[in-house]
Amino acid sequence: MNTPAKNRIVGTSVPRKEGVDKLRGAARYVDDIQREGMWYGATVRSAVPRGHIRSIAFDRKIEWSEFTVVSAADIPGENQIQMIVADQPCLAGRQVNHCEEAILLIAHPDKHKVREAVNAVHIEYDLLPPVFTIEESEMQQIVIWGADNCFKSFLLEKGNVDSVWEHAAHIVEGEYRTGAQEHLYIENNGVIAEYTAETGITVWGSLQCPFYVHKSLLGVFNLPPERVRVIQTETGGAFGGKEDFPSVIASHAALLAMKCGHPVKMVYDRIEDLAATTKRHPSRVRHRTAVDSNGKLLAMDIEIATDGGAYSTLSSTVLSRATLHSPGPYVCPNVRVRSHAWATNTVPYGAFRGFGAPQTIFAVERHMDEIAAAIGMDPIELRRCNFIHQGETTATEQLMREPVILDKLFDRVLAESDYYNKRGQFKKENANSAIKRGMGVAAFYHGSGFTGSGERYLNSLAGIDVTVEGKVRVLVSSTEFGQGTNTVLTQVAAEVLGVDYDDVVMAPADTGIVPNSGPTVASRTAMVIGRLIELASLQLVSMLREQAGLPEQFSREQFFTSCDQLRDKHGEVGSLYRYEAPPGIFWDDQKYRGEAYPAFGWSVHIAQVAVDTVTYSAEVEEFWSAQEAGCVIHPVLATGQIEGGIAQGIGYTLYEKVVLQNGRMANNQMTNYIIPTAEDVPPIHVFWEELPFEHGGFGAKGIGELPHDGPAPAILNAIRDAIGVSFNAIPLLPEDLFAKLCVARKVEEPAAV
Amino acid sequence: MSAPVATIRLKVNGENRTVSVLPIKRLLDVLREDLQLTGTKEGCGEGECGSCSVRMNGELVNSCLVPVLQANGAEIETVEGLSCDGVLHPLQQAFLRCGGAQCGICTPGMLMAAKHLLEHTPHPNMTEMREGLAGNLCRCTGFMRIFESVLSAAASKAEETHAR
Repeated sequence: MNTPAKNRIVGTSVPRKEGVDKLRGAARYVDDIQREGMWYGATVRSAVPRGHIRSIAFDRKIEWSEFTVVSAADIPGENQIQMIVADQPCLAGRQVNHCEEAILLIAHPDKHKVREAVNAVHIEYDLLPPVFTIEESEMQQIVIWGADNCFKSFLLEKGNVDSVWEHAAHIVEGEYRTGAQEHLYIENNGVIAEYTAETGITVWGSLQCPFYVHKSLLGVFNLPPERVRVIQTETGGAFGGKEDFPSVIASHAALLAMKCGHPVKMVYDRIEDLAATTKRHPSRVRHRTAVDSNGKLLAMDIEIATDGGAYSTLSSTVLSRATLHSPGPYVCPNVRVRSHAWATNTVPYGAFRGFGAPQTIFAVERHMDEIAAAIGMDPIELRRCNFIHQGETTATEQLMREPVILDKLFDRVLAESDYYNKRGQFKKENANSAIKRGMGVAAFYHGSGFTGSGERYLNSLAGIDVTVEGKVRVLVSSTEFGQGTNTVLTQVAAEVLGVDYDDVVMAPADTGIVPNSGPTVASRTAMVIGRLIELASLQLVSMLREQAGLPEQFSREQFFTSCDQLRDKHGEVGSLYRYEAPPGIFWDDQKYRGEAYPAFGWSVHIAQVAVDTVTYSAEVEEFWSAQEAGCVIHPVLATGQIEGGIAQGIGYTLYEKVVLQNGRMANNQMTNYIIPTAEDVPPIHVFWEELPFEHGGFGAKGIGELPHDGPAPAILNAIRDAIGVSFNAIPLLPEDLFAKLCVARKVEEPAAV
Repeated sequence: MSAPVATIRLKVNGENRTVSVLPIKRLLDVLREDLQLTGTKEGCGEGECGSCSVRMNGELVNSCLVPVLQANGAEIETVEGLSCDGVLHPLQQAFLRCGGAQCGICTPGMLMAAKHLLEHTPHPNMTEMREGLAGNLCRCTGFMRIFESVLSAAASKAEETHAR
């Protein structure tokens, strides 16, 4: 592998590949695109959380003959969205299982009229009893999914926790809860679909995973693969929110297009997007932990419950990642994790940056501070004495082959934040101030790439070709939605091929053109696909040396001349490379044991928080993050990922509350679902340590999800440090602080009088 | 009966344009649909996110909240008017250099807000910058790269002035 010092392009902050188009307003997002004769589609949705559809009436004030209306009966294939389990109908038939579930689709050439028509459909229901919470679902008095409401469960066991409790010096218990979180990509979900008898279905859309959508369309339309084509348009943010949902909206638009004979655009407005699309899974995590008198972890017994919503979507894999991240970056001889994903009559929860890990890392890292307090130990020392190291094994008995440098990361942020001095200073100042400040930490890992055997099943294929016009094209279905796929993958190809960054372009993310390099999720793109592009490029260089006289050392011009020679011989110049699992990787799906991830990113966060005891607001004043995520291919983009993830994590912790009423999001507007603004995000200081990962593209591991894992526990630990009160649930809003602190104050008051 | 259509005159990025549209049509839709200036984006449709920010007679407005009748006779500046003869505006260059744009959907509005800020406050301090950009939501960057971009543009403009 190349070392960073030798690289010309990898490791430098070249301009974002599609940056100029974005900055000129010339990048074409789906709503910027018109097709000849295009109609507009809209969705008639369930008003109730659970029930049978008794009747559907169409108001006579509408001239229905002008419209195309699609129901479940119009679906030519299976009425199912193809996810892990095909339990989610494309359109509800007889029964609805959550508010906002799609029942009918309507299209018309005038987008304003289509809205009127939606409001002119009147549906009556025979109500069924709904389930809204994890607790109601696990009681199973009302069964709404399968035999027992449980989408998936895991049992992870190492050693024997039950042998430990009796003799442990300390046992600390805690319960931690996280709420739903909305992705709030600024571009809503949207697609355009077209159907012709000759070409089949074509969908253009804002999406992360073209081949996921492709697969779902095959099932809904019962078409062969070559008759469905999915093309990603410029995508205005995703964060996991465009991993699974585009399969739904694409199927809907394509059904309308097929029936009305026109291209159909479906772009949600914000209100519909917030109410009807997926969010982060809410969770409840319980910890029971045994430690010895020196603070060494002896046993961790963890129970995880997530709310999956009405259909299973990705709940099983989210739960898997939640489970595997729940013990934190520590070594413990006895671990038991029991986890369940439960069905409720709410909009299905789905993928969101971190994919279950932010929930369980919140719990374990909040719990570590509770253990420290319970046994009278410094929270940093408690973590340090339990950190996992190279050569030790995780809860799944995965051997840490690579060096783990959590101590070094810790040293860095402690020094940069002036942690100990600040804590001392705040202790003094807090005594006489209504504003109480504190410092909180969180240490964690995030597994890069698919869990367990996932990458092997994906079997990704990626590559490059060289066009007659003298451009190298990167051929992947991996998509750009702000995180830097285009830039990073073209950097890798340019580096290996000895050409300029400007010589390399991305082929369109079009299932008719590019191979299936898998979904753009799980922080896998730079590591897994970057590596495939590196290997495909090396393969092309070898081919050119063997067949087209490319010398050992070559210039850019020589490279392109050789490509022309190879083209004369073969008609085309290209190189594809298929994923091969790193050697020695073993994962047992049945026993849930082995190498859970090919690599881990590591990070330590520190938050400085001020709690105003008059207004009950908590504000993050400054934030420090150190991480090791392999080699950094593009420092500016990578740092942007960390900063953006931390900002989302701050929102998750202190601002963003999904208010559910009758299983429906009640605050489905930007006016009342609050995310951090330019005035709310504190200065964020980002520090990198680089250790090359042998099997990642130019030594890279995953970066994108890592920063979302730490802010919640770091901030709530800082609040505890500031005011001495523990909060174990997020989001933590001023009213939550008020409720708890007011009660505490009332208890204190009589003594003071 | 068809709804009454009004003739609206606008000066958009220095060019005179006339459209015949419903007077309550949103300025945002007139720009995007009637003038094919799709650089200006819709994020929320209720004036919260700032993706549709344009300048109207020198004021920063959310074009989703402006009925086009209200803009009759106005000078409108959009992201498409920022670069000049193919040369990127210093703010566009700075956003490219410093990573101020990720997914790019908030970027056109953010650029207009940043331009507005720098015209009134050529060297903003952090408080002024945070206030000046508070009406424009970005979900990708956490704003750090955007702040750096705006400061970098401010510095490069200062250099330019100094060199003259």
